[in-house]
Amino acid sequence: MLKQCEGSRAVAEAVALCRPEVVCAYPISPQTHIVEALGEMVKTGQLAPCEFINVESEFAAMSVAIGASAAGARSYTATASQGLLFMAEAVFNASGLGLPIVMTVANRAIGAPINIWNDHSDALALRDAGWIQLFAENNQEALDLHIQAFRLGEELSLPVMVCMDGFILTHAYERVDMPTQEQVDAYLPKYEPRQVLDPAEPVSIGAMVGPEAFMEVRYLAHAKQMEALKLIPAYAAEFKQVFGRDSGGLTHTYHCEDAETIVVAMGSVLGTIKDVVDEMRAAGHRIGVLGITLFRPFPIEGVRAGLQGAKRVVVLEKSMAVGLGGILSTNVRMALSGLHMHGYTVIAGLGGRAITKKSLMGLFLKAEKDALEHVTFLDLDWAIVNKQLEREKARRRSGPVAENLLRDIGVVAARNY
Amino acid sequence: MFQVRFHGRGGQGVVTAAEMLSIAAFDEGRHAQAFPSFGSERTGAPVVAFCRIADREIRLREPIVAPDALIIQDPTLLHQVDCFAGLKPDGYILINTGKSFAELGLGDFVASHRPERLCAIAATELALKHVGRPVPNVPLLGAFAAVTGIVRLDSVIKAIREKFSGKIAEANVAAATEAHALVRQKMEAARHAETV
Repeated sequence: MLKQCEGSRAVAEAVALCRPEVVCAYPISPQTHIVEALGEMVKTGQLAPCEFINVESEFAAMSVAIGASAAGARSYTATASQGLLFMAEAVFNASGLGLPIVMTVANRAIGAPINIWNDHSDALALRDAGWIQLFAENNQEALDLHIQAFRLGEELSLPVMVCMDGFILTHAYERVDMPTQEQVDAYLPKYEPRQVLDPAEPVSIGAMVGPEAFMEVRYLAHAKQMEALKLIPAYAAEFKQVFGRDSGGLTHTYHCEDAETIVVAMGSVLGTIKDVVDEMRAAGHRIGVLGITLFRPFPIEGVRAGLQGAKRVVVLEKSMAVGLGGILSTNVRMALSGLHMHGYTVIAGLGGRAITKKSLMGLFLKAEKDALEHVTFLDLDWAIVNKQLEREKARRRSGPVAENLLRDIGVVAARNY
Repeated sequence: MFQVRFHGRGGQGVVTAAEMLSIAAFDEGRHAQAFPSFGSERTGAPVVAFCRIADREIRLREPIVAPDALIIQDPTLLHQVDCFAGLKPDGYILINTGKSFAELGLGDFVASHRPERLCAIAATELALKHVGRPVPNVPLLGAFAAVTGIVRLDSVIKAIREKFSGKIAEANVAAATEAHALVRQKMEAARHAETV
């Protein structure tokens, strides 16, 4: 049924349709509305049988999810930013133990300086934690990916992180097609754990493993994750059969057939990029887009196939590897090994900095002329950067950077338009 | 695509207004996208929210930089925030005020604007009268429907009933309806004055 609602609400309803048995979470912006809605559904009995567990921290949230999942319950949680970092140890444990927890990450920057706005630093900081990572382009895809995530995770016995841009998607009202319970039931079988703590058949989960077998256990985790590359397209195809729309998959191309320049990105910024590409196409530019839905495991073959006909690749990412450049772009480079083409990294939208059509248009026109630096910080305010650098040169005790920059700008309120 | 930017203060229902406008447009079969500009979620702090309305899927995620309409829920913001940034030359301006644009010191600024696209309405008073709380967002939506015709009043009313329930919903419906009627009357009077 079509409805106009907030992204968080759409995801909460989709998760409820997946019949989770345990939902545990600790509130943190911009994820809070999702678990608030689920908590309400549990309280009113709309979502039953399900236990909603209030916990004292994100570390506890993931620990409860681990316990619940090991006991055979379909388990869900959500977090963002510092919350994800705070639960980091348990995040690795969940995947190491092979427990198919589904977690929404409402992507938000990581401090310091503290910042509640969107970028991909949080999820990408845990890119190697052994979770499958999916990135949603819009709210329809966010809700669809959650339904696919339970299916995929439970088949592989691996946890799945569904990433959606904080505020930009979580707090956006837009049209979504909410599936029926019958559709979700037809697509998502009852959870049949591959390993379970069952008093009737006692086992222990979580043994200490020494040098004699640790590498083998880790290899198997890698091999299992790579299986997702085969399962995801099949599950996306089946999803289309049941729900009648394309959602999920590994990557999506847009006007790439004859493109000389291809822009690679993840998440909601893909929409803005596509609008710019439409305008440039209308003016005769051969430009296309490759959107990455699946970040872990990284779809190396699909990315390579999508990009190999291009002359240049511009990777635009809401994350950065301090001291290197990009994270997404480093991964994309892996896929382009041996191919001769220009590659550009563009860091954009950190901490909620708006990514505008105007800036993207200028960026892509420059890229077409191969006039871009290898690493570009989109719309960086050089005036305040240089002022701070001069200040540091002039005085050893030049003060905290964040406070200095805010004073230079004279901020009354965060401005984003 | 029609783009509306809402300016107000925390506690005035700025974000809710943008969401309700998107629901109203959706009810009329259109695509709509509403989103807030977060940060200062404190009562009284400047808040901005956005709503786009179009006949096809809206993929654009940038904040609204060139609005077709502005809804300014608090006139004291005029001295603090650049509310008019990027407004299209023939754009609509709705301000919650009992004063005229000239009395607000905007006479020169709006001299080149189409007068039928300017609307000053004492929305806080309407809210106090009907709802009993100083929340100008809903009466301003009623006024917006009257001035722009982008959505119908009955769609706004449907959106109000989706967001609120019971007495609060009906009080807000009354506030929106009166605001809509007041603006219509003013527009009729202006048209009449022109023809005479």
